[in-house]
Amino acid sequence: MFDTTGAKKLVEIRDLKMHFPIRSGLLRRVTGAVKAVDGVSFDIYEGETLGLVGESGCGKSTCGRAILRLYDPTAGSIRLEGEEIATAPFDKLRRLRPKMQMVFQDPQASLNPRMTVAGIIGEPLMEHTRLSGADRLARIYELMDAVGLNRDFANRYPHEFSGGQRQRIGIARALALNPKFIVCDEPIAALDVSIQAQVVNLLEELQDRLGLTYLFISHDLSMVRHIADRVAVMYLGRVVELAPRDALFADPKHPYTTALLSAVPEPDPASHDDAERIILQGDVPSPANPPKGCNFCTRCPQVMAICRQIDPEIREIAPGRFVACHLHDQDTQKTAAHAAEPTEV
Amino acid sequence: MPDGATPFVLDVKDLKTVFRTRGGEVHAVNNVSFTLKAGELLGVVGESGSGKSVTMMSLIRLLPMPPAEIRGGSVMFEGQDLARVPEDTMRDIRGARIGMVFQDPMTSLNPVFTVGYQIMEPLRTHMGLSKSQAATRAAELLDLVGIPDARRRLSDYPHQFSGGMRQRVMIAIALACDPKVLIADEPTTALDVTIQAQILELIKELRQKLGMAIVWITHDLGVIAGIADRVMVMYGGQVVEHAPVRELFANPQHPYTRMLLETVPSIRGERAEKLRVIQGQPPILSRAPESCPFRARCPQAMDRCARENPARYDVGPGHDAACFWDFRTGAARDV
Repeated sequence: MFDTTGAKKLVEIRDLKMHFPIRSGLLRRVTGAVKAVDGVSFDIYEGETLGLVGESGCGKSTCGRAILRLYDPTAGSIRLEGEEIATAPFDKLRRLRPKMQMVFQDPQASLNPRMTVAGIIGEPLMEHTRLSGADRLARIYELMDAVGLNRDFANRYPHEFSGGQRQRIGIARALALNPKFIVCDEPIAALDVSIQAQVVNLLEELQDRLGLTYLFISHDLSMVRHIADRVAVMYLGRVVELAPRDALFADPKHPYTTALLSAVPEPDPASHDDAERIILQGDVPSPANPPKGCNFCTRCPQVMAICRQIDPEIREIAPGRFVACHLHDQDTQKTAAHAAEPTEV
Repeated sequence: MPDGATPFVLDVKDLKTVFRTRGGEVHAVNNVSFTLKAGELLGVVGESGSGKSVTMMSLIRLLPMPPAEIRGGSVMFEGQDLARVPEDTMRDIRGARIGMVFQDPMTSLNPVFTVGYQIMEPLRTHMGLSKSQAATRAAELLDLVGIPDARRRLSDYPHQFSGGMRQRVMIAIALACDPKVLIADEPTTALDVTIQAQILELIKELRQKLGMAIVWITHDLGVIAGIADRVMVMYGGQVVEHAPVRELFANPQHPYTRMLLETVPSIRGERAEKLRVIQGQPPILSRAPESCPFRARCPQAMDRCARENPARYDVGPGHDAACFWDFRTGAARDV
């Protein structure tokens, strides 16, 4: 398993906020904000897979997109190998783009139906490199081999492929410029179980071969357990817990993580007999109007008076384990100003 | 039991559904047979395109015909063959004696009518209740599915409900006329896990309270393990395995079921380094199957699988599998 001690930080995210304005009335004045991502800090180490999990609407996809500057973040800093992305001007950003790429959720919607496979995979090469036509084609073939697509299909269109194959095209496009960091935004959510395994194995194999770093966004906890080295859990725009994978799944510290894990139905009938399921009541509050105090206080089974008053800060309660919960106020080893302050061990 | 009727509320035999398209025929459902007892929950699992939804949609005749066509088989429900009854009769049964819940609660509710109106609609058409009676019953139903402040929420529109709440409304509509059978087509797939857990809990509770039979279509083996009594695994428009739930998970007898169980990672227990993969793609159903639909992806495939389509062989009590390979003896079946 991935060891963070001594590993180099590739991406550092500090207090990232992404708010979307709500406009109303005749003059479309800004009357509020959807706080999709509201103060998120973490690091991604070189060569690791960081899983980002949470329910729909918790801001995980927005977070992934903001990190790549597909949105202009409201506040905060994002550094890729020390270079600031959040406020980078256009020309600098364009220079940084080849290092960071994205694999999208819906392979149907993220591929242009009027372009051939070669055109889709070759587009980033046209934009960012000066390869000759022949060199470009050679690179396209190389990429198609890498993701397991038959070279003969280079001149076909996306609709001629199945879901799993389309996702391979998307991965090939993301790999075209030799990126270091790839955000995978629910890359398998639209695929069937038997095809999911193929794509996940491909992603892992490519990581080993090319030394890639992934931010793997998913709502599928069992798949995240399989692929991720460390896992961050988001709830209503905040990271509530971040821990190494095995520790998180064996001993979740935040009540939300505990509830989330217990809600996952296991493919084993016997496990359902004795399972003491925690069924959360109610729904996730609106990110336009989050509750006072802790964001989770409206649904938390262990809510205390303090939770409705003070928003818990995310703290490191054991080496590498970060939790934002008042239940662990005493466990705090040291008050970390940020979730991802380096661990002195 | 009246006039020698079966103990089954639903008895489907050799159902065959074909879509006639410009590109040729698609044999979506091939000789599917199953039964459903009162109060039982039958889980139907399979990948997309395996025919699980089309089977259920064709037995309540909700498919557009044409292009769909029921080419054979019978669907016995309350002494009538639903594959043959006139459309008027079918209309009285659908939504009243057989309820339906669909996958996406946003698109299956009409956005321009209040939720109350939509719950009252079946009550008024099928049961002939007056407006005020229907309103009272609708409020009871919303209460039953756990929507707080039911009476007031009747006048709300679907967009004022969250996804989980909308699915509860869909369940309330399906339950409105006290159905004998409820067909739930991936009812929790579009929901988050914590909301899914709420809905599963609700269904378990309602089953005990109302005693209806449920057909639950899903691709999620975890959900099936939690709620089903019996499971039917479908592949390529056919039933490939059918067993009581514990038996299926403990002792799968079809190679497809076995591989399916292995490809799903778990959140507890051992973590595999590499995920098991089912190579290849699901079959294209342009012809009536003359061979085993799984043979191209099957590690156990033999010559015989290319020549014949295996029947469903009994492999244990209430357990059958459509495969020429016998995992119990570790040899080809001698039939």
